[in-house]
Amino acid sequence: MATRQTQFLARSLLTPAVGLLFIWMIVPLALTIYFSTLHYSLLDPGSESFVGLENFRYFLTDPAFLASLQNTLVLVGSVLALTILLGIPLALLMDQPVIGRNFVRLMVIAPFFVMPTVSALVWKNLLMHPVSGLFAWLTSLFGLTPIDWFNDVPLLAVILIVTWQWLPFATLILLTALQSLDEEQKEAAEMDGASAVSTFIYVTLPHLARPITVVILIETIFLLTVFAEIFVTTGGGPGLQTTNIAFLIYSQALIQFDVGSASAGGLVAVVIANVVAFFLVRIVGRNLEA
Amino acid sequence: MGQITLQGVQKSFGPVHIIKGADLDIADGSFVVFVGPSGCGKTTLLRLIAGLEDVSGGKILIDGKNVVDTPPAKRGLSMVFQSYALYPHMSVRGNIGFGLKMAGLAKDEINRKVEAAAATLNLTPYLDRKPRELSGGQRQRVAIGRAIVREPKAFLFDEPLSNLDAALRVQMRIEVTRLQKQLGTTAIYVTHDQVEAMTMADKIVVLNGGKIEQYGSPLELYERPANLFVAGFIGSPKMNFVTGEPALHKGAATIGVRPEHLKIERDGAGGWQGTIAVAEHLGSDTFLYVDAGALGMLTARYIGELSLHAGDRVSLVPDPARIHRFDENGNALRS
Repeated sequence: MATRQTQFLARSLLTPAVGLLFIWMIVPLALTIYFSTLHYSLLDPGSESFVGLENFRYFLTDPAFLASLQNTLVLVGSVLALTILLGIPLALLMDQPVIGRNFVRLMVIAPFFVMPTVSALVWKNLLMHPVSGLFAWLTSLFGLTPIDWFNDVPLLAVILIVTWQWLPFATLILLTALQSLDEEQKEAAEMDGASAVSTFIYVTLPHLARPITVVILIETIFLLTVFAEIFVTTGGGPGLQTTNIAFLIYSQALIQFDVGSASAGGLVAVVIANVVAFFLVRIVGRNLEA
Repeated sequence: MGQITLQGVQKSFGPVHIIKGADLDIADGSFVVFVGPSGCGKTTLLRLIAGLEDVSGGKILIDGKNVVDTPPAKRGLSMVFQSYALYPHMSVRGNIGFGLKMAGLAKDEINRKVEAAAATLNLTPYLDRKPRELSGGQRQRVAIGRAIVREPKAFLFDEPLSNLDAALRVQMRIEVTRLQKQLGTTAIYVTHDQVEAMTMADKIVVLNGGKIEQYGSPLELYERPANLFVAGFIGSPKMNFVTGEPALHKGAATIGVRPEHLKIERDGAGGWQGTIAVAEHLGSDTFLYVDAGALGMLTARYIGELSLHAGDRVSLVPDPARIHRFDENGNALRS
């Protein structure tokens, strides 16, 4: 495969694509770095001036930053835990031979195809609305006071919505992994006298270690940047209770019109994402080694 | 003790009858091989005995007790799977000891038994390796270790050697047979390879289309096949079957002669005349595939080297004492 000629050919054929991707990435990055060193307010055009690291100091010392960092981590962690803890039993159920299995699978996967904005609207107005929502109606059936989700437990509400969206993904990945589990291994465990629970703990769960890692890594990438669900439902509030890093950057740029500070925030977010990725790969990445 | 009796065992998957009533008596300590072409139901029969499938009818008795409603683990059998089915994330020690751990044995007792089993199988240096770090033959031995450590009433082997290369297969064949004799535990072994069946078995069960065609010792099957199917299946190369006049002459619909019981004569006037189509010279044996006109293709075997080549005319003289006769239904005729 690796004669000098094929290597040269491979590289020269790859160059346009790699080059385009590189430009695609480097231009925004360079501009962001450039803007992050400027005093650049959209309310005061023409006043751009170099301020060094002042934007970073401003962003990092903003009390909203720590609050939103905490919200981000709580959101990511909760959704990861919920999707995996619920995804495993769901996948196990869907692996059973039942009538209409294909239809059930299609239905379970459906939330993944709904746009975040649409699902957030559905949850906000049809399900969690304190007056006209389904949950409010259900609680009032029992004579209880309906929960005002987005005021009383706003972060939990957002977590539930995002979990609902990502559960199909986790279930699907885990289901395909379950289907690749060697039937003879389960039979061997059965011959060895293992109960259903023991078989799950000693045979199935270790087999799922790798797909769980994949779910964690992929979901983390997307969950760090959750935005539409927050924008549509709570707008980051009440106060800062549902503001995550992505939403904070948005509010810097397009509510306070401070492009410089938003750019600094964007770079901080890049660093945070890399720190999270570093720890994740350290903790769960070894499952990926063959 | 490991005496296994099947009484009218049936299995069907929906409208398809896989096992059409099997009766079998397996003596304690014997090595019984189920052999037959693919799809004959031999693996299904083994899985019925193991309890991995439920019977549709009939009884399975282990030491006189009907076990058809007993779960697999409680039947006191252990199984070696075709794919070995080792637990990939457990060490060799964990794999062999898993059944004991599930049975709730104390840790040091498990260790003692695992180490004893490993010593029997020459696996001691590999106890802390994972299955993926082992060769095919070693994995095979781990699978066998997992079976013997539980001291079962019987071993069930489901084509365990089919994933090994030819040389290793011969070696493992001997090891398995020797181990079984040493432990004196009943063994049921499924294979499609009649050489494995002939070399390993105390008794062979020949299965075809979900029915037991014949049950007997290897030489019994070789010398007195009950019907055309067994006659054609046991023995390599295959037995020659001749219909028509030479058969009628013997008062049978079909007669069969094994290739090794045909005497090869150059330019002979008697016997069956033909032209050699292909001659295979193996040194130890010579196989001749002879086009005998109306009689069809005949195979003849000569022990040693015979300098005959394609195109030569030969005549084949069957040993009259070694002619098998079959009636029009394919059943053997005894005189």
